[in-house]
Parts: sequence; structure tokens; C-alpha cells
Amino acid sequence: MLIFIFLPIISVVLQSVHTPHENVLITVENCDPFGCKKVTSIDHEATKNLKQSEPLGKFVGLDIYFDRGHLAIENFKLIWNNSENIFSFIQSLSNLPFYKAVFFTLTFTFTVTPIMLLLGLLIALGVNSISKKLRGIVIFFSLLPMIVTPLIGSIILFWMIDSRGIIGNLIQWLFNDPNLSLKASTTLTWIMLIVYGVWHAIPFSFIVFYAGLQTVPKDQLESAKIDGANTFEEVIYIIIPHLMPLITFVTLMQLMDNFRVFEPIVGFSAEAHATSLSWIIFNDLGGETRQLSAAATSSILTIIGVIILLSPVLLRTWKDFKFKK
Amino acid sequence: MKRTNSNRFSILIYSFIIIWVFLASFPFFWTFWGSFKVELDFFSISNWYNAVTGKNTLDTYNSQFTGAGYEGAWVQEEFWRSFVNSALVCFFVVLTSLTIGTLGAYALSRSNYKYTFWLLITALIFRAMPPITLVAGYLPPFFEWNIWGILPTTIIVLVSINQPFTLWMLHSFFQNIPKELDESAKVDGCSQFQAFRHVIIPVMWPGVITTGLFSFLLAYNDFAVTAMLLSDENRTMIPKIAAFLGTTYTEGNVMFAVAAVVSATVPLFILVMFFQKKIVSGLTQGAVKG
Repeated sequence: MLIFIFLPIISVVLQSVHTPHENVLITVENCDPFGCKKVTSIDHEATKNLKQSEPLGKFVGLDIYFDRGHLAIENFKLIWNNSENIFSFIQSLSNLPFYKAVFFTLTFTFTVTPIMLLLGLLIALGVNSISKKLRGIVIFFSLLPMIVTPLIGSIILFWMIDSRGIIGNLIQWLFNDPNLSLKASTTLTWIMLIVYGVWHAIPFSFIVFYAGLQTVPKDQLESAKIDGANTFEEVIYIIIPHLMPLITFVTLMQLMDNFRVFEPIVGFSAEAHATSLSWIIFNDLGGETRQLSAAATSSILTIIGVIILLSPVLLRTWKDFKFKK
Repeated sequence: MKRTNSNRFSILIYSFIIIWVFLASFPFFWTFWGSFKVELDFFSISNWYNAVTGKNTLDTYNSQFTGAGYEGAWVQEEFWRSFVNSALVCFFVVLTSLTIGTLGAYALSRSNYKYTFWLLITALIFRAMPPITLVAGYLPPFFEWNIWGILPTTIIVLVSINQPFTLWMLHSFFQNIPKELDESAKVDGCSQFQAFRHVIIPVMWPGVITTGLFSFLLAYNDFAVTAMLLSDENRTMIPKIAAFLGTTYTEGNVMFAVAAVVSATVPLFILVMFFQKKIVSGLTQGAVKG
């Protein structure tokens, strides 16, 4: 297990600082009766030897990290100096592929998570107050959006949103614009992906909150009722504080899940308008030219992002652990 | 006055729940219904109601339903091959990760050293890391040793990506089984292994099944790893469907993809139907403990 987990990480790190060998060129002077010409050709022998002696490729240090496809330090400086305010700065920055992906990933993560927390809580409260016979069926259907493969779920929605599909038709009818297509504009694509993200994530928060609601102490609710609290006040002052640990847990899980958003982009064919960090890696790995070192570099940057995202939690767990000892 | 107020409130709740159930389930029923139609009905330009009645399907096949999409996907495009691959991958991933998981988690939960923290951290980090970040690391050695593209390699990779999570889940489950149980077995003269075999195995099934379900879902739903590590003829269902998307649009066989999508969803439907309680308890178990 250790081999399969830690070796790849090391291998990724190694690859990210290397680049494939360039072919070794030799220049030969060919002389014939009409004069001498210099011909440059590839020395296959030397190239092969070089590849064998250093199979990883040429060592380039952190160059790939700073090139245009990744952190793009040069362009970053240029844009920083040229833009007057923060908005134009962000706008020009999002033309660079890596930053574009970072923006989308962050926007997705920080819009989907709060919306889905709120809706999940509402549904859990609702299901908790309907009759017991119906709950099983409601839970069954609620689980579906989460259990179904993300790729399949997004493809199903994509077909319905298609301008010839049912939701696409409905939206055209609502806005009275027969040419409206959700796929054409960047903003609409982002909204579409975020709606999908919420749809996919609600069941998780719903199930966890619903389980939490079963443990809310009844006597506290009763005493609140006697003191004259209405339903809304009960939720705010008793239920939410009681569910707080669960809310933290769900937030954490969802931040992680949404940060690695990938399948919806493939399913919605939304590459042109929205890319995420995982998608960049996938794109580099696939295709005719497998750009391993570019993908490896993106991987490392993504892992660093995950660590930054998780660092508050990791620190707290570490403190708890120390405290226990 | 009070009475009508609460009535109105419960109507509000019921309609809210009904809207949610509708939103959650309608796309699946719609696609399932539509998969038996021809493309002109499923993607209807003239009138969306065609998809319900199947007007063009009736014209083409003399019946409101047609299995042409399924036939095209399963026979012509050889979707059954991917189905078999998926079944193989899922079976072996679940089997391997549960075997390693139960033995490892049992040992960890009975040892005195506090592994819990490190286990939790690794499980957490692996949950957070997109699996695709690791794939770049796997590829060069796999090319080198010529084991790229075959099923066993993918199974091993999926198992190892899944293992920290499995270990963590089973570990917290084994800690709920009282130590006194295997201690009393040892007093009666069992060896450590016999205690495990005769005392622990009979009581461990609920936790193992729950964990197994989650490993199954991971293996079944995975796209990034399988798409990168499997060659074309060894593809599992999910990357196969993704490949369908690319090719069928050009050939005008979107219905093949629709049928394939529905076929891939059916096993999950059945799974949820039978194991709903297990899935719910698995989801909440982590929440209550963590």
C-alpha cells in the first residue's frame, strides 16, 4: 500500500522538475561539385544514448512551475503592472489557463458549499416533520443524485438542458427567446455547473443532518415551546447549535469534494467556458502528446492547494490529538 | 387561528419536500422513458411533448417504445464488454480492499499504539486529493514495465487509493466491538488468529458490508483513473460512455449513449433500493465519529 501511495507522489515530484529531452542535433557540412552546404539533422544515436542515461529527461528545476501554462510569473508581473484596478487585474489574469482553472475551482467550491448546506438543512427539517411512512421513499429518491456516477448524472442533466431537451425548451419558453442556449455563454455555463454541483451534493448534507436531527433532545424543544418559542426560533436557538459539529463535518467534506470538481466539466462539455484544476491535469495526460511533466506540475500545485485548504482542520485535529495524549 | 396557521405551515413543508423529490428523481425517469424513443423524440425541436408520446417513434417502429438504442449500444458498440470489465474491476476491488482492510483494521484497533491520528490524517488527505493527481506518477513506471492498459493494474491502483478510507472506516467499526470479546476467547484457549476467526468474523459483517458498498461505489463511479489507465478494449462503463459522447454525436447515434447511460444507472438504482439503510448508516457513522 505504501508503495502505491508514496512512490507515485515522489514520481510526480520528480517528473515536475524534468522536461523531455530535445533531440540532439548535429551539423554536417556536405560538399558536392556545386559548393558546400551545412545540413542540420537529428543524431538518433546520441539522442537514444541520452534518453537511456537519463530516462526522466532534462533537469529544469522549477522552470515548468513558472511557465505560461502554470504560475506564469512573467505574465503575472506584466498584468500586475499594466492593470489599474483589481477587477481588470483579475480579468486579464483569467486569460491564463492555470489561473482560469483556479478561479473556477474556487468559485465553484465557495458557492456550492453554502447553498447546499442551507438547502440540505431545510430538506432535513422538512422530512423530519412529515409522516414516518413517507420518509423511506423520500430518502430513497433523495439518495439518487448523489449515488449515481457524477459523470452520468451530469450527462443526464446536460441532455435535458440541451436546447432541444426539456429544460432547455422550458427556459427558452420562460424567457421567450428561441435562440437562448445555456452552453453558449460563460456565465450561464458556470451557473449550470454550480446548479449541478448543488443538486449532486444536497443528499449528503441532507442525510447527515437528518441523522443529527434524530438525536436532538426532546425535552429542550418542549421547554422552548413552553417558553413561547415558535418553530423558527426553535431551529435557530436549539437545533442549529446542536447540529454544529455535523455542519463543520459536512462543510469540510464538501470543500474537499468540490475542490476536485472534474466530471461535470466533461459531462457538460464545458471545457471552453470553465476548467478546473483536475481537468487541466486530465487534459495534459490525455490526448496524443502525453505531457507528463506539465501534468505532474499541475498535480503538485493542486496538492499544495488541498493542503492549504485543509491546514486549519489538520492543525485542529493535531491539537486535539496532543490534548488527548 | 393557531390551527389554520400550522395547517398552512405543513402544506408548505409538504410542497417543499415534493418539489425536492421531483427535482431529485425526475431527470432519471425522464431519461429512462426517453431511452426507448428515437432521437427525434428525445431531442424534440418542434414540440417537447413528443418525448412523452413518442410520435416519431410510432412513425418509425410502429410502436411507442423501441429497444433500438439498447441494441445499438450493447451489440453494435459492444457495451457488454465494458459491463463485464466493470463487473470484474468492482468485484476484485471490493474483495481485495476488504481482505486487506479487515485484517489491517482489526490489527490496528487491537494494538496499543495510537495509530488513529495518522490513519485519520491519511484518510482525510486522500479523500481531499483528486485521484488524478496521482495518475501522473503511475504512468511512466507502468509504461516502462509494460503493464499499462490492463485490468489488474487498475484494480491495484483503485484499491490503494481507496485503502486509507476503508481502513479508517473499518477501524472505527472494530473499535466498537468490545475487546472483552476476543480476550475471553483467548482465556478459553484460542490463539489470536482463532479468536479473530471464531469470535470476530461472525459479528463483523454489518460494518464490512457498509464499507464494501462504499468501495464498490468508488470503483464503479471512477472516471479519472480508469480513463487514464485502461486501453480502449479494456474500458469500464464510465470511460466507455465518455468515449461514446465523442463518437456518437458525429454519427448521429446519441440514443446509443442514452441507452448506455440508463444501463449503467440501473445497477446503482437496485443497489440503493436494497442497501438504503446501510448507505445512510455509513454516511452518518463517519459524521458522528469524526
